[in-house]
This record gives sequence, structure tokens and C-alpha cells, in this order.
Amino acid sequence: MLADGQYAFAALFSVVIGGGLAAFWFKRFYPHRYIYPGIASMIIFIIFPLVYTVYIAFTNYSDNNLFTLERAEEFHLQKKYRVEGGEYKFSIVESSNKGLYSLVLTTGGQTTADGSVTPVEVYKSSEIRFYDKDDMAKETTRLSVEKNTIPVEKVDSNYQPTPCGIKCTMKFRDFLKTVKVSLDSNELSMIDLHTFGAMRKKFTKLADGKVLGNGRMFKNPHLLLDNQTQKLFMPDMERGYFRYIDDKTGDFEGENYTPGFRVGVGFSHFKRIFTDNNIREPFIKIFIWTVVFALGTVGITLAIGMVLACFVQWEFLKGRAIYRVILILPYAVPSFISILVFKGLFNENFGEINRIIDFVFGFKPEWTTSPNLARMMLLIVNAWLGYPYMMILCMGLLKSIPDDLYEASAMDGAGPFQNFFNITVPLLWKPLFPLLIASFAFNFNNFVLIMLLTNGGPDYLPEPGSTTATMAGATDLLVSYTYRLAFEGGAGGHDYGLASAIATMIFVLVGTLAVVQLKLTKKDAGR
Amino acid sequence: MAIVQPKSIKYRIWATHALVCLFLLAILFPLFMVVMISFREGNFATNVSDSIFGLFFPGFDSLTLDHWRLALGMSYIDPNGKEVLPPFPVLRWLWNSIYISVVTAAFIVVLSTTSAYAFARLNFSGKSLILDCMLVFQMFPAVLALVAIYALFDNIGSYIPALGLNSHGGLILSYMGGIALHIWTIKGYFETIDASLEEAAAIDGATPWQAFRLVLLPLSVPILAVVFILAFIGTITEVPVASILLTDNVNDYTLAVGSQQYMASQDKKWGDFAAAAVMSGLPITVVFLLAQHWLVGGLTAGGVKG
Repeated sequence: MLADGQYAFAALFSVVIGGGLAAFWFKRFYPHRYIYPGIASMIIFIIFPLVYTVYIAFTNYSDNNLFTLERAEEFHLQKKYRVEGGEYKFSIVESSNKGLYSLVLTTGGQTTADGSVTPVEVYKSSEIRFYDKDDMAKETTRLSVEKNTIPVEKVDSNYQPTPCGIKCTMKFRDFLKTVKVSLDSNELSMIDLHTFGAMRKKFTKLADGKVLGNGRMFKNPHLLLDNQTQKLFMPDMERGYFRYIDDKTGDFEGENYTPGFRVGVGFSHFKRIFTDNNIREPFIKIFIWTVVFALGTVGITLAIGMVLACFVQWEFLKGRAIYRVILILPYAVPSFISILVFKGLFNENFGEINRIIDFVFGFKPEWTTSPNLARMMLLIVNAWLGYPYMMILCMGLLKSIPDDLYEASAMDGAGPFQNFFNITVPLLWKPLFPLLIASFAFNFNNFVLIMLLTNGGPDYLPEPGSTTATMAGATDLLVSYTYRLAFEGGAGGHDYGLASAIATMIFVLVGTLAVVQLKLTKKDAGR
Repeated sequence: MAIVQPKSIKYRIWATHALVCLFLLAILFPLFMVVMISFREGNFATNVSDSIFGLFFPGFDSLTLDHWRLALGMSYIDPNGKEVLPPFPVLRWLWNSIYISVVTAAFIVVLSTTSAYAFARLNFSGKSLILDCMLVFQMFPAVLALVAIYALFDNIGSYIPALGLNSHGGLILSYMGGIALHIWTIKGYFETIDASLEEAAAIDGATPWQAFRLVLLPLSVPILAVVFILAFIGTITEVPVASILLTDNVNDYTLAVGSQQYMASQDKKWGDFAAAAVMSGLPITVVFLLAQHWLVGGLTAGGVKG
């Protein structure tokens, strides 16, 4: 899949192995022996994929540009074209020897423009074994057939065989597609169900270069000559495709020829994100929703979690321990299961939630087709999933608030609400803040929720007339949008380069958040 | 407690009870529903009797164990006399998930304990920098690097097929990167243990490795258990990497990959999914609840559950 990544992989493994040898060879690296296995696995499975993703962001890696240059060249070199006039009707003749057949090729017999009839020529192969579909499914048979060419020889033009018809052709189709027939010096292959034709290699490699019309010697390790048109064909390293060049000037001309190959494209993906309307518009919409979703989730879960934490830590409330366990339950159930459960419950037609709403209010909200309802559903589900974490955090922090604060406020006649907003919230806020940043970063990239619940839908309709329509949905987060660009592909196919460019931008954002969080935590701890 | 109690406290207690109970009803609704649905006939709510009550309590005569039979890998005969086969090998998935998570958690404990020891007790250059970097890199979600991860395992697999794509070995290997938080947790615990015991051992001629293995490790069993369970739960609930690495063989799926199949297909197997979800979710939930007392400390140390 990624052959030219070989260098990157070679570099990775030499770093890892070299580091290991150094750590275990030199005495002064003794402490590093303890951290080596852990650090090495983090380098391989976390840091390397990050770096490699950033690298892909600067290439045109996509469905159209999947191959390396060498593979693309190989592909073009295998192309063939039909030689004018070298076509033969064919039929299959069953031999009197059971199980053997011969191939009969006929040409001529047509009336030309001046009224004369071209001479009929008939060629016949010796009686050989034909392989049917089941035989061809076997690897060994297929390989041996591929190597062989069937020679045919000229026979009397009056030879009138009884062909065994289209049924035979269909039965041996796979075999016929694979074989080559040699007739004089030409090599023939099957063109359609009635015809064999002479095929010739479309391109030959010009390793020694060629003198152009302007007298300049033109050399390129990947220069190809089109045997059909005598034009020169070579890779355009800026576009990542093979193209024809002008015979005189050596400039590229005309269209791109697939398959493309991978080349570096600099910042063009990043430029596209900010200037190409087909990408910028969904990107901005998705970015705004991502921020709203992450902030909303943090806000809602924090509010619920903090209030509940105050309730279950309240010493006058009997049965606190039971409440606590049940309240943690949503956190204990594996999230991929509870998200899928919600997917079923929220189903528009047979989901239990709509059955109840229909019974009570007489209508069925369109949770999966209305963008705003879908977003609301995500916030509801994520609140359910996320509040226990906030509750656990607050429960731990509440213990550190001295009781005499509440006593003093009670003396002054403060009610529970005043206590909550004037004592609890301000005191919890500071230690909570770095954890809230982490929670924001987590929900900013909450891929599993989106993937399992809505898969980004409902999708935006593509702009009319846009050719590079990429799929984007009303509930897509940046991270799920990236995933869909890379693994689902829209009208433009799988675009790994663009996906990696967006991923790189998220890396920058997450990295900044992580550093800020680290600084805040340290300041907190050093207080 | 010498807190001054206002007269209204009784009402406030009752109000709080009422509020919490109301909230609990809303919270437990999906869990209650999925259990009910797993015993309900058919895969859709439409063939439940029209009263809303029947949605919650199907009534004893319409209770069925059919979905559970399928979840447990058994077939049943439907009213038309046709045999219904289990749609997916759920037990197999559950087993895959459990054994992958156990192996992963064990390796993670080993890797992070040795690292944590060096960070807590030994002095070397770049120590605090590495520690900080670990925390920063830990926050990058693997989803964003999936293309690279796929390519990495494609490459590893071309040399060692047992660790490549579509192999459990490869999946376990991919989880070895996520150890930063565990290193921090164990390091914090090591730092609470007095170093004088190991110093005494060192005076008696023990190497650092011996002091670590024979003195410090036996004292740290509780935190190792916590990290094991955290790593186990983290692995068993991981979706994106497993979905990319395991695609070929349905029998190789983990639960997190496989259970998407129920709701993905055109004919949603809602009832069958409910039984499979309860069956496979219950043990994981119970493990979590039993361990939650110890886990809470580890969780507040910094992680957010995925």
C-alpha cells in the first residue's frame, strides 16, 4: 500500500533498534534500560504515526495517486493497443478426441469499397486441452496457462468446421482471456467474445533519452515512447501523473493519465481548506459544531456532575452509597454498548423513545434526519455518558473543602444555593480547570460517539455542480470528518492527503491544549 | 458535626431524594429498556401490543428467550418451523475481547512498571522532559493517525504476518503505545513508598534491578492491580484502531468491532443486539463496579475514559 514509506519505516526501526543497543551496551545508560521498552513502544505506536500523518498531509496521497512512481510506470508499460487490421473471428471446434479442442481463426471475406472481396484466411491450432472456469480458479493452472502461447497454422481457406458455439466460448472464457495466440510474428489476445486481435505494447522505455525537435537532448529515467503515436510520455512531478510532452519544447501538454503516483504537494491541502469553497464551507460548519459540541458537553456534564456530587456527599442524605453506585453505572457500562443501545432507542420509526413521545405528545421527532435534533440527541447521549466522570472528579475534590466554611456561612444565614454558588463552585473551579481542558480535548475528538451513533449524518447535500464533493454531515466532528475523508471517501474518492492535513491541524490544536493543561497542572501542584 | 441546622432541613432531604430518584429513573431508562427488549418477541417495537404499557412490560406470555439463545450461539425454531441461526458469533467475540484485553493489560503493567521505577528512583538526563512529552503525546487521539497506523501494520505484517493486519498480535502490539498515564500513576505510587528500604537492600549488595524486583514490586501489588484493570477496561472498550486492524474475518472481531454489525445492516437486529449487549456488557460492568472503589483514585489522576 505504501511502498515509498519504506524509508520512513527503515528510519523508524533503525532508531528503535539503535536506541536499544545503546541502552543495553553502555553502562552509563543503565537507567535507560528500564524505560527503553516503554519509550520504544510509544515511539513506534504513537509518535511515529503522528509524524507519518503530518508527512502524508504534504503529499497528494489519495485513491487517484495511490502508487509509487515506479508502480505507475509499470502499469503504463503493461498497456497494449490493438494493431489496425489485425483482427480475427474465432471459433472453438471440438475434436473427435474427447476433451480436446482446437481454436480456429478466420479473417477476410469482407467487401471493400471498390467491390472486391478480401481473401479469406483460416488458421487452426492443434488439438489441445481447454480449461474451464473451475480449472482456471486454481493458481497452478492459471500460471501455466499464462506462460504458454498457442501457435496456429494456416489451413485451407475452404475449411468449414462445426463450431461448438457460444456455450463453449462462455465455458472457456477465463481460459481464452488468459492465453496468447502466436500467428506468424504477431501475438494475439482475445478482444471480445468473437474476436482475437493483434496487440502491441503501447509504451517502450527510452533509457538513453531522446533528441527533441529543438535539438536539445532530453533525458529522464522515466521517459516513455508511445509506439502508437510516437509521442513522448513522462511523469509530471508537480501533478503526480504521467503526461505527454511536446516533441519540440519538452513542455507538458494535455490531460493527466491515471493511475497517478505520489508526490509532495507542499501546503496545497492547507490552501484548499481555506480557499476551495467545496471544502472550506463544510470545514467551517464542522469546526463550529465541534467547538459547540465539546464546550456544550463539558458544560452540561460538569453542571450535572457537580450538583450530583454535592447531593451524594451530603451527610444527611440516607442511602448515599447506593445512589453513588447507581449514578456511576453509565460510566461502568462499556461506552460502545451504551451508544449502540441509544442508537436503537432513538430510531425514528421503531425506537422506544419515539414510541413514548408519540404516545404522550402525538408526534415523532426526526432524530436522524433533522440536523438540530440529531445534534441535540448527541448532546443528550454524551451527557448520559459523561456526567459520572465529572461527578467522580467533584466528589474527590469536595472532600478537600473544609467544613467550617459551610458552618460559617450557615451562621450568616446562607441557604444551600448561596453555599453552592459562593463556596463550592469557586473552590472547585481552580483544581477542575486543567481537567476540564482535558475533557474538552477528549470531546473535541470524540470519534466513537459520532461513528457509532450518527456516523456524521444527516449529510449535507453536495453543492450543485461541484465535482469534488466530499461527504460531510451536520453532526460530523472534525475528527470523524477526517476519518470519512480517509476511509469512506466521497465523490472524490479516499483522500488521505487532505484527511491528514486536517488531522495535522487538529494535532496543533490538541498539542496546544495539552501544553496549556500541563502548565496549569504543574502550577496547581506547585502551589 | 456542629453544623447549625435550619428547620427546613427535613424538606430539603426529601426534595433531594425526590430529585435524585427522578434523575435515576431517566438514567436507568436505557439500561432497563435494553434488558426488557432482550426478552421481548421479535426485533421491533412495532409488533408489541399498542398500549404504551406493553412497551415497558411485555407481559409474561410474550416473554421469550429466543434472543438469548442466539446470543449464546444456539439456534431456535420460529413459529413457521424454520430454524433461526445465530447471526453473529458473539461468544467468540467476547472471548477475543477478553483475551486480547488480558494480554494487553499484562504487557502494559510490565512495560509501565519498569519505566515508572526508573522515573521514580533513578536519575538520568532528560527525565522531566520525557515525562512531560509523554503526557502531551498521550492526548493525541489515535483516530487521527489511523492511515499511518494501518500502513505501519501493513509493513510489519509483510515481515511478521502474526503481528500484521487482521491479527490479534498486531492489535495487542498497537495498544502498547498507550502507557503514559499508567507510568504516571505507578510513578506517583512509587514515590509514596519510602526509599530507605531499597537503600538498605543496596547496602546489602543488591543491584537496582534486585531492589526493584524483590523490595519495591511486592509493596506495589495494589497499584499494579489498579493499572491492570484500567488497562483492561481501556482495551476492551477501544473501537477505532480495532475496527481498522481487524476487518477480514468475522470470527476474529472483538466485541467493540462486531457489535456494530447488528445496527449497521439494513434489517436492524434490535432484539438480538439487546441480548448480546446485556450478555457481554454485564461482566465488564460488574468488573468496573467491583473495582470502582480503587479505580476512582486512578481516574482522577488524569485520564478521561474513551
